[in-house]
Amino acid sequence: MIEARGLRKQYGDFTAVDGIDFAIEPGEAFGFLGPNGAGKSTTMRMIAATSTRTSGDLQVLGFDPESHGPEIRAQLGIVPQADQLDEELRVIDNLVVYGRYFGLPLPYVKRRAEELLDFAQLTEKRKARVDGLSGGMKRRLTIARGLINSPKAMLLDEPTTGLDPQARHVLWDRLFRLKEEGTTLVLTTHYMDEAEQLCDRLVVVDKGAIVAEGSPSALIRQYSTREVLEVRFGSSRNAEAAERIEGIGSRIEVLPDRVLVYDDDGEAAMAAVHERGLQPITSLVRRSSLEDVFLRLTGRSLIE
Amino acid sequence: MSGTVVDGGLAAAGQVDHAAVARSSRAWGWWFVAEHRIRAMRSYVASAVIIGLGSPFLFLIGLGVGLGLLVDANQGSQGVDGVPYLVFLAPALAMAGAMQTSSQENTYGVFGGFKWFPMFFAMNGTPIGPAHIVLGFQVAVLVRVLVSLVAFVLVMILFRIGDPLGAVLLLPIGLLMAAAVGFAVMSWVATQTEDRGQLSFIERFVVVPLTLFSGTYFPLETLPWSLQWVGWISPLWHAAELGRAALYGAPLPAAMLLVHVGYLVLLGAVTCALSIRTFRRRLDK
Repeated sequence: MIEARGLRKQYGDFTAVDGIDFAIEPGEAFGFLGPNGAGKSTTMRMIAATSTRTSGDLQVLGFDPESHGPEIRAQLGIVPQADQLDEELRVIDNLVVYGRYFGLPLPYVKRRAEELLDFAQLTEKRKARVDGLSGGMKRRLTIARGLINSPKAMLLDEPTTGLDPQARHVLWDRLFRLKEEGTTLVLTTHYMDEAEQLCDRLVVVDKGAIVAEGSPSALIRQYSTREVLEVRFGSSRNAEAAERIEGIGSRIEVLPDRVLVYDDDGEAAMAAVHERGLQPITSLVRRSSLEDVFLRLTGRSLIE
Repeated sequence: MSGTVVDGGLAAAGQVDHAAVARSSRAWGWWFVAEHRIRAMRSYVASAVIIGLGSPFLFLIGLGVGLGLLVDANQGSQGVDGVPYLVFLAPALAMAGAMQTSSQENTYGVFGGFKWFPMFFAMNGTPIGPAHIVLGFQVAVLVRVLVSLVAFVLVMILFRIGDPLGAVLLLPIGLLMAAAVGFAVMSWVATQTEDRGQLSFIERFVVVPLTLFSGTYFPLETLPWSLQWVGWISPLWHAAELGRAALYGAPLPAAMLLVHVGYLVLLGAVTCALSIRTFRRRLDK
């Protein structure tokens, strides 16, 4: 459905996307996980044919973005990082004017807009002005707007960045619905929980390059242990304590505020730490996440 | 909570013919942009009508009748350019109003479309492209200009200022000039990425001086030679000359007709092309 080989984007001396390969299948939820500035949004814009690639091959829904932008965007639903709603218009009119950009007849667009407001749980706000909506409502409206043309694939750039936890869950629920109905979802995120929740398959990107690819669970299996023990000894003592617990678990990461001990059995690792006469201030055993995968691959955390 | 699924699926392909969507957007994208902006204008349609009718009325009464009494008293029976001052003034005032509306809409609309409410980027995410955005935006501005021009012309016909048929000809002349001015302003504003107060320069240092030195309130020939060039490069002067010829048959040799129309068309075409180039670069991130 979407296929890239050696895809590159250069701005002057800066390489935003450095020769990446990926293939997205119909009906899957595919994610680009990486920190800010990894080149995720640039990749999304190249897929949407709103950013011209510097080199490499890119095929989107059977077309080359360089020559067939309109044909590609006719089939896509785009949810940009900034909502880009028309704040002067009412909620319903935002959907109607957007639908007209696809040349859809006005009566059809109006009917479809009502249905999508229902989907986005904004029916009560249909006559409200956009500038009065909360961040989560604006985001849902943007998603509804992206669905107006019945797209074959949705491109979601950081769909929940800046939203509070409750608003994120409402949004995830809506995206799940789309996924269940077979819409292809392509999303970027720097939230590992979002990637785990929504993506069937993802690529981990860092500094414009893909460093790993797979399903969330496969990536965790491959690059991390089943469990992680997090221990804190106080920021001045973490490094010293880390030396003393060396050998416990399969790997140890020392972060400024805590030490991570990777072991399939976190409780056993904790017992081993205690056996060495160390008393951490706090300790916690949790399952490995994509955050650990990213840390392992790049030596840095996702959100800095 | 929501329940209904849209005709067999929220994003169910098949109910929308995407190939037809692309074809229609390639041909009519400019109109969809204009439609969007016209829809947005509906929220201030009442004030637009009041301003549209009220301001020409005030200007014509204040300047034409008030100042006109003084001018006509001094000029005697020859008037200005052979007609009463009010008739001389009216077409140029109509054009000055059109220029101002077009330049304001293009200044704040274009800057805002990239910056304050980045609608141009949203439009660019649909099948339409930068050229459609440029053209459609200008079409919507021209609709706005047309509304105020029609009001102006109605007032002129009502008060029997000049030839009524000639007054109607002010509409196409005004639209041509508004398009030329609009694209010219747009081609510069589109290159501006930060608002450091320079946007108001257009109004203060371009629109107002052009209005004063384009033979709006007095014939251009009465200006000293050293200032007449302002009129020659001013779209307003070219349009006012055309307007005067239309309204009261001011002498206009065929060559000058060609110069006036040609200048406006050329200015519009060149700055339209420049605008499209700038939009294309700015939207291709």
